[in-house]
Amino acid sequence: MSLSPAQIEHIARLARIALSPAEAEALRTQLNHVLELIDEMQAVDTRGIEPMSHALDARLPMGQRLRADEVSEPDRRAEFQAVAPAVERGLYLVPKVLE
Amino acid sequence: MLNASVAELSSALAAKRVSSVELTRLFLARTGALNGALNAFITVDPERSLAQARAADERRARGEAGALTGIPIAHKDIFCTRGLRTTCGSKMLADFVSPYDAHVIERFAAAGAVCLGKTNMDEFAMGSSSETSFFGPVRNPWDLRRVPGGSSGGSAAAVAARMAPAATGTDTGGSIRQPAAFTGISGLKPTYGLVSRYGMVAFASSLDQGGPLAKSAHDLGLLMNAMAGFDPRDSTSLERPAEDYTRDLNPSLAGLRIGLPREYFSEGVERAVLARVREAVAWFESQGAQTVEVDLPYTRLSIPVYYVLAPAEASSNLSRFDGVRYGHRAKEYDDLFDLYCRTRAEGFGAEVKRRILIGTYVLSHGYYDAYYLQAQRLRRLIAANFAAAFARCDLLMGPTAPSTAFALGARVRDPVQMYLSDIFTLAAPLAGVPALSVPCGFDSGGLPVGLQIVGDYFAEARMLGVAHRYQQATDWHLRVPGGAPL
Repeated sequence: MSLSPAQIEHIARLARIALSPAEAEALRTQLNHVLELIDEMQAVDTRGIEPMSHALDARLPMGQRLRADEVSEPDRRAEFQAVAPAVERGLYLVPKVLE
Repeated sequence: MLNASVAELSSALAAKRVSSVELTRLFLARTGALNGALNAFITVDPERSLAQARAADERRARGEAGALTGIPIAHKDIFCTRGLRTTCGSKMLADFVSPYDAHVIERFAAAGAVCLGKTNMDEFAMGSSSETSFFGPVRNPWDLRRVPGGSSGGSAAAVAARMAPAATGTDTGGSIRQPAAFTGISGLKPTYGLVSRYGMVAFASSLDQGGPLAKSAHDLGLLMNAMAGFDPRDSTSLERPAEDYTRDLNPSLAGLRIGLPREYFSEGVERAVLARVREAVAWFESQGAQTVEVDLPYTRLSIPVYYVLAPAEASSNLSRFDGVRYGHRAKEYDDLFDLYCRTRAEGFGAEVKRRILIGTYVLSHGYYDAYYLQAQRLRRLIAANFAAAFARCDLLMGPTAPSTAFALGARVRDPVQMYLSDIFTLAAPLAGVPALSVPCGFDSGGLPVGLQIVGDYFAEARMLGVAHRYQQATDWHLRVPGGAPL
């Protein structure tokens, strides 16, 4: 499996990362080497094997722990917004998305 | 004092032979003297550290001190610290000051430990050499032309150079054990779920696990006593009774069944590494341990499996860096989409971009089954390999890494070469089992070799005990690097 320039462009768009044409071409070569390595997986027949999504589900099957639906956090909006790049009157500022 | 273990420093503090303020000043001075050459720390705040040291001394005077009260500890810059910047080695977070502490930071604060500073690392913990940091590469104190391993390379170099008595790290695919091996110190990746991930900047959440780096196995246990424990804010934190990880420091080695994975003693491993590991195994045999050959047939495949699953999770986790809520934001942009794209293009380095793109690709429409699900199925086979091995032995031993520390720049342009060097450390986090590395000698160039010990789930206390017995009989862990003489 080898990535085409159009595929690189598509993936970068999905990932929201701007790439210059030179960067895209360099990445295409590097990612194709990584994909060659990844393709080694295809040699194994894994039919009938349940995918393992959690590090301990082989030994300790555990469901997602749920907490009671109660207010547990105080309002810390000002503190959290203090680290934002642009806020005004308690709102995060972004470029206009609706005309 | 600089070469003393945490256990020894703890006794010295208890006996009033030294104060925390004196100890903190000593290590701050050492850090100041060596950091220019090693680049192990990204952020140091002496006033803050000394205030914590004074508080620890007052606490001791009130008779409320514990084992770690007043001990200076360096933290990997992936753990959020309220009021002290947390960069994760990235331009994206170069000026980020967290509004809260990570659970691990809270636990050390509750124990009265002093935060000595934040250590350098591969950007977002993605790397095996600590060269991908926005703040420049960390250097190995055994040879300044070589890497200290990664991603917790700053923590490892700091402990190896005696800039800190101990440090924290995180391990997703070997990021505690491999730098410990490359710098001649001890490091433990605990069973997944023992150490809370709350406030630990996420890389691959089903694999990430915090753990300690220190000079000895005994010290690793002391740090684990503070770090481990249930935290409701991490949905994968395990609800288990508290454990004393130093409770089994002197186990009998007679009859201990040591499994030697055939795949770990193969060609492709440097001869000196194999020789030192075999000598360590022979010492255990001389103490009455038995060895048994076992198979971990999916060892090689753990590389592609890891390099699908970790980037897939990373691509999702790192989508939070949008230039809106925190972190870097591009100065110029046309619209919201362009703001995201430029912010992320500027904020992330090359390796992080590579992994986000790989992760995005393997999760994208049409490829999910062939890559992501196939990797998850193989992950189950890798875990089954360990289960089969632990039916025949108590723990596994082998090399932590196939080589000793490699040269700076040697692998940074070839990601696949870098990934291949993780071959012996990837399987343990995929299965969730604990694994540690302790120094077991040197190669002909004077570079440290690491012995890896892998155990079954929750076997930490036993593994630390086995490693402690070895360290009682050897002095590899006490050797001080030539690049950072005492």
